[in-house]
Amino acid sequence: MKTLPSCWKKYFQILLLGVMTTFFVGCASILEGQPRSKKDPWELVNRNVFSFNESLDKYLVKPLTQAYEFIVPEFVRNRFSNVFANIGDVYTVIHQLLQGKPKTALDDLTRVIMNTTMGIGGIFDVATDAGLEKHNEDFGQTFGVWGIKDGPYMVLPLLGPSNVRDSVGWFADLQTDILINYINDIPLRNTITGVRVIDQRSKYLNASNLLEEAAFDKYIFVRDAYIQRRRNRIYDGNPPLIDEDDDIPEEMLEKEENRIR
Amino acid sequence: MKHTSAKLMTMPKLLLKLRYWILAMMLMATLLVTKSPLAQSIDSTPDGLVKTLVSDVMNSIKSDKDIQAGNVNKVMALVEAKIVPYTNFQKTTQLAMGKNWSRATSEQQKQITAEFKILLMRTYAGALTQVKDQTVTYKPFRMDPADTEVVVKTQVMNKGDAIQIDYRLEKIGETWRLYDLNVLGAWLIEAYRGQFNNQISANGIDGLLKFLQDRNAALAKAK
Repeated sequence: MKTLPSCWKKYFQILLLGVMTTFFVGCASILEGQPRSKKDPWELVNRNVFSFNESLDKYLVKPLTQAYEFIVPEFVRNRFSNVFANIGDVYTVIHQLLQGKPKTALDDLTRVIMNTTMGIGGIFDVATDAGLEKHNEDFGQTFGVWGIKDGPYMVLPLLGPSNVRDSVGWFADLQTDILINYINDIPLRNTITGVRVIDQRSKYLNASNLLEEAAFDKYIFVRDAYIQRRRNRIYDGNPPLIDEDDDIPEEMLEKEENRIR
Repeated sequence: MKHTSAKLMTMPKLLLKLRYWILAMMLMATLLVTKSPLAQSIDSTPDGLVKTLVSDVMNSIKSDKDIQAGNVNKVMALVEAKIVPYTNFQKTTQLAMGKNWSRATSEQQKQITAEFKILLMRTYAGALTQVKDQTVTYKPFRMDPADTEVVVKTQVMNKGDAIQIDYRLEKIGETWRLYDLNVLGAWLIEAYRGQFNNQISANGIDGLLKFLQDRNAALAKAK
């Protein structure tokens, strides 16, 4: 959901107004006596934005995604996914270099070259079939590699889970996005962005139904999984043991230290 | 003609002469096979266990039209039969409950483990009904013979996206048991720890148990 044209200012303003209203109406609240996470000092606001996003998803994004899956054949959808993924790989190359990983950058560059040529402009992912693993990098992760702390957890309107660092990272991603900044035909640009959003959502269509069933509290589940996941990505799948400011009960720490990450 | 008949006569004679040798060799072979790693149980190595379970379950699902049509109960039966014997749900529940585990009575611990297990199994079964043309690759696995805890890393390719799925196992005696699962970089136990803590803080241990029972009953009814 990291894709929104900056030109949608008007829509954004309207939506922001909607979000503000939900704050004041305050349909979400924190239960009495519940422990607060150190990572989430803005929980009350976050919960309200979260429930706003949930309704938006329920009544707009999810039905659109379901319609998209119903109308567009899977083969065609996969071609769109691959093209977006191939463009994403170009950014991944740049971020690998910014993060000081020239060897992985070369692998990812090979991916782009293979998929763009043999994969006909990225519509076929021949590189993965050839055994070249796909990576995903963005500014938020690069900032993390540079040692910038993630800051408090945030739920952004429309975009979902984030934190202070990743929000800045998302803004930087947006500023450098070729599909947004270098396409001058506005309707075309909006269509591309729309398909990108729907394409992203369709990847998690079934997963989100499962999450609904499995979570005790969906807000906390999404939050804790997001924090873990971003940390995992910054360390490229091998994060070190938990840092000191994590809110793990003391009795658990001893056992935690023995666990492999 | 004479030559061939003579030869035909000698062959059975030869076999007769060698039968004790053949018997002895067969006996040796069976002994060797039972001692060789091939005949060890599937849970004697962690990576071997994960590979066996994953490929077994994937094959079962891909060949079952009922499951692909979304029959969750059938997948749950499959999970119960094939995976659950190699898991340690008590450890999963204990770590997810953290400090609250020791505050629960052993009866509560037993009940919460059972309910949490059903909830996780249902989610896992639901995820398995989505399996179609995904392929699983195993990342290089190294371990020290002295290790009693390991992580086996895999990657599932789905619609051009690489989904990281890792399994954490512990050694109990001579066998390995699964107790934690990592999907897309988030460990299951860690993702549930905050939720357990919140439920118990708000409603107590009995409240948590009741919540789990209600949820499972509702989900069983819905399907």
